[in-house]
Amino acid sequence: MSVRHALLALLSEEPKYGLRLREEFEAGTGEVWPLNVGQVYTTLQRLERDGLVESDGSGEDGPQKSFRITPDGQRELAGWLRTPPDLSSPPRDELVIKVLVALRVPGTDVHEVIQVHRRYLVELMQQWTRLKEDEAEFDLGLALVVDAELFRLDSVVRWLDAADSRLRRAATEPPPPPPASLPRLRRRIGVRP
Amino acid sequence: MSVLELRGVSKVYGEGPARVRALQRVDLAVEAGALVAVMGPSGSGKSTLLTIAGSLEDPTSGEVLVCGTALSGMSRNQRARLRRRTIGYVFQDFNLLAGLSAAENVALPLELDGTSVRKARAAGMRALEELGLGERASRYPDELSGGERQRVAIARAVVGDRRLLLADEPSGALDSVNGEAVMRLIRAACRQGVAGVVVTHDAQLASWADRVVFLRDGRVADQTAPAAGPESLLTPSPGPGQ
Repeated sequence: MSVRHALLALLSEEPKYGLRLREEFEAGTGEVWPLNVGQVYTTLQRLERDGLVESDGSGEDGPQKSFRITPDGQRELAGWLRTPPDLSSPPRDELVIKVLVALRVPGTDVHEVIQVHRRYLVELMQQWTRLKEDEAEFDLGLALVVDAELFRLDSVVRWLDAADSRLRRAATEPPPPPPASLPRLRRRIGVRP
Repeated sequence: MSVLELRGVSKVYGEGPARVRALQRVDLAVEAGALVAVMGPSGSGKSTLLTIAGSLEDPTSGEVLVCGTALSGMSRNQRARLRRRTIGYVFQDFNLLAGLSAAENVALPLELDGTSVRKARAAGMRALEELGLGERASRYPDELSGGERQRVAIARAVVGDRRLLLADEPSGALDSVNGEAVMRLIRAACRQGVAGVVVTHDAQLASWADRVVFLRDGRVADQTAPAAGPESLLTPSPGPGQ
């Protein structure tokens, strides 16, 4: 989460004081990401040093100081919005590793391990859905944040479902050996630490 | 008293080598006002569970009770009356009659049950208005969007004095926004005292329920703990078994 770019985005609307930036940041993310006021001022100082925002210069750093975005700041913000985050290589996923390890531990039922995680994820999704049901209907920022979390958790449940089916099928029909000519793509897939 | 109770319900289809055990000794109780999701992959028995709960099919063994009365002790007529008055069904493909308007579709179960056409239509209109479809009441199913058709189907399932709402993948063919709208309506019906059962393979849909039951090979394999409040999301959770 880039606090730096979130502050630039809030300043792109109009000049604002630090305290107001913090309030708007928290409200805009459905108050799911709390931000302390020290983080706001440290980030603003760095943005000012880099020429991306400028202050009215009156007084010390503090609640009375107003900040506005510069043309360089607007270019930086526009570039950041359009730069995809690094999703090109898979993260080292702890859950994937647990399922792979469960396959090798004698006396462990991998399907039971999968179900423990599936249940936990669905319970988490129930809590997010309750938040959506109770509070997000009239709070667009919160609804977007909750949807993102639900889709993320849902994708993990789907992976567990797919892994469950694949393992059941593999237990009844062992796969044929791969042809010798198959390229070894696996080694070329980088894994992020 | 539970609105729906399944006691040791089993269902076997076919014989000999073709014998399939669709359900095996399933116990399930759903109280008034509760929404339960039954989650499982294709072939896990969840649709069979729903048709047996709705008295559309008989179990091979075990007992189904609706509002405390065992279905096995009912005559065909009594069961038909139960389906018209007490149980509402919502299916993935809506099952609306193409030749009837939205209002006529919603009023149909009441008319079949002997309510006068005028009273049935008035109740149907009220149900449609509550779901925000009052202005679409005279439209035919093929003049409605997928989301609107499913809302009509929900209005039909809750019209009158229904106690049990059974839904099979109710948002399966809809996009996520319309799917969410459908689940909000089902939750709203439950808040008014209806007992709801939704069967689905979709975790997002299931997460609207108070309790999620996981079905696997016709057996209840697991279920979620009573739902924690959303406030627990704001404190970091260690995850399972840590």
